Amino acid sequence: MALNNMQLPLDLAGLKEMARVNRLDTARMFMAAGNGHFGSCYSCTEIITTLYFGLMRVDAARPEWPDRDRFVMGKGHAAPTVYSALIRRGFMPEGWMDEYETAVGVKLMTHPSRRYQPGIDTSQGSLGHGLSIGVGMALAAKLQKRDYNTYVLMGDGETNEGSVWEAAASAAKFELGNLTAIIDCNRLSVDGATDEVMPMEPFPDKWRAFGWDVIRLDGHDLPALLDAMTPRRDGQPRPPRMIIADTVKGRGVSFMENVRGWHADTITATQYALVKRELEVTL
Amino acid sequence: MSPQRLKTSAMIASIASEGQRTRAAPFGHALVEVAADRPDIVGLSADLAKYTDLHIFAQAYPERFYQMGMAEQLLLATAAGMAREGLTPFATTYAVFASRRAYDFLYMAIAEDKLNVKLVCALPGLTTGYGPSHQATEDLAIFRGVPNLTIIDPCDALEIEQATHAMAAHRGPVYMRLLRGKVPLLLDEYGYRFELGKAKVLREGSDVLFVSSGLMTMRALEAANALKADKVDAAVLHTPTVKPLDEATLLAQIAKPGRLVVVAENHTVIGGLGEAVLALAMRNGLTARMRQVGLPDRFLDAGALPTLHDRYGISTTRLTEQVKGWL
Repeated sequence: MALNNMQLPLDLAGLKEMARVNRLDTARMFMAAGNGHFGSCYSCTEIITTLYFGLMRVDAARPEWPDRDRFVMGKGHAAPTVYSALIRRGFMPEGWMDEYETAVGVKLMTHPSRRYQPGIDTSQGSLGHGLSIGVGMALAAKLQKRDYNTYVLMGDGETNEGSVWEAAASAAKFELGNLTAIIDCNRLSVDGATDEVMPMEPFPDKWRAFGWDVIRLDGHDLPALLDAMTPRRDGQPRPPRMIIADTVKGRGVSFMENVRGWHADTITATQYALVKRELEVTL
Repeated sequence: MSPQRLKTSAMIASIASEGQRTRAAPFGHALVEVAADRPDIVGLSADLAKYTDLHIFAQAYPERFYQMGMAEQLLLATAAGMAREGLTPFATTYAVFASRRAYDFLYMAIAEDKLNVKLVCALPGLTTGYGPSHQATEDLAIFRGVPNLTIIDPCDALEIEQATHAMAAHRGPVYMRLLRGKVPLLLDEYGYRFELGKAKVLREGSDVLFVSSGLMTMRALEAANALKADKVDAAVLHTPTVKPLDEATLLAQIAKPGRLVVVAENHTVIGGLGEAVLALAMRNGLTARMRQVGLPDRFLDAGALPTLHDRYGISTTRLTEQVKGWL
């Protein structure tokens, strides 16, 4: 079921329930495909849910509405989290979930694509592009005198990419107060712990030194996320905003939490039943 | 004998021949003209506005000029984000940096969604004596592989001006190889008019057909004149849109009997106009006597540009000699 605009924004209880729905939807898509990036999706569930059901100004009837808030999924491989949000907001039909990655030509695939999916603001898949694209969108808002906000979600591993830091410097230079970046710090990437693959901490010091307003919070804490990511529409030139979100990879499913292999893996019917049971009970 | 002392002016020498008419900064002035009634046009530089003639746009429209610093990946992805929002960004840098350093950003962030970004890059092929770091000898080989991308290799100042207008009118990503500074002016003598996607016969001839783009069209016209002394009658087919090729015109011209076809390009012999034309003939089952003039598959030397053009075979003299050898 999709929510209509009158039912939004959701209150805290509603957001919590929607996060649970989002995790179940994600598992449903991965079950259709037989595999998926569970860990990467479940660490950012609350972030996506808070944006799409608590904060962002979007309208399913007008996917290209010029004044809508923009969302750039830098970590494109976690797109199913966004697909669920867009489906529950009415941008796409629910039935697309069960076709996820089942055949060439279906609408939903691992990475988000504007060629097939209404409500997706940028096609993604190559890590390190998102923040620079977000800078362009935020600059365009300033030039065109529009008050939309641009949100960019990155993985912590993604910040290894040099282009992220090119964008970091430029967003501060252009005083993009209408730009909010979120780093999903789940501390695991493909080859291991992010602080072993390439240490990037301390994030707050680095981003502050680049000229950003920085908040570090628990990325599963809905009230904290709501407060930290509130849109800024006054058009004032000010530092861009960075949310360092400490998260748990695979959050919500006991056998996936903090397990590197669940960055992306296959899933059996038995495992799917376990996922569903845990999500019914624990959250 | 001591080697002739190099001067900086020779390293960055204009490609204009002695006494040739030139026009200053044609791209910069044309963009200012186009942008007058196009508020969607913005200019982005990666700290090379002065050397891509974009400084002229920056002076005319400071509020629409974005200095992105020495960050080519940011340059292209920011342009992508702006294009997503309805702006028409002209992003400029050197061809080496756009093609080698920022390729993924062009391919994924711009081309997949056919975003309306215009990438205009100086120092294409061998147009600087600064060595391989600045000589984009393989930019066409890199960019021809990008679906949805239109590629323009203009010959002179007139064509750059007209192509700038055409790029702005065209929807979709375009890469233009830029000649900057004092740019030769010659195509006005041929009553030439640039049309996106069109190759044009600048000169008819029955013995040789030059197929060329960019500054090599200027060299081909000069070579065609020189060959007259040897009673060789050479045609010149100028092919400024390297992608998509004007297949119909090319096939019709190549198919005319009795002519040696010489493809001349300011680019490595790998992956540029020569291979594109040969592949077109191949796909269409066309056989013709064909020869290629282009830069060798090597890291080229630094030095004075005229010397380098001679050394690597793309000067007018060397082009003429090579053709005579093949006849």
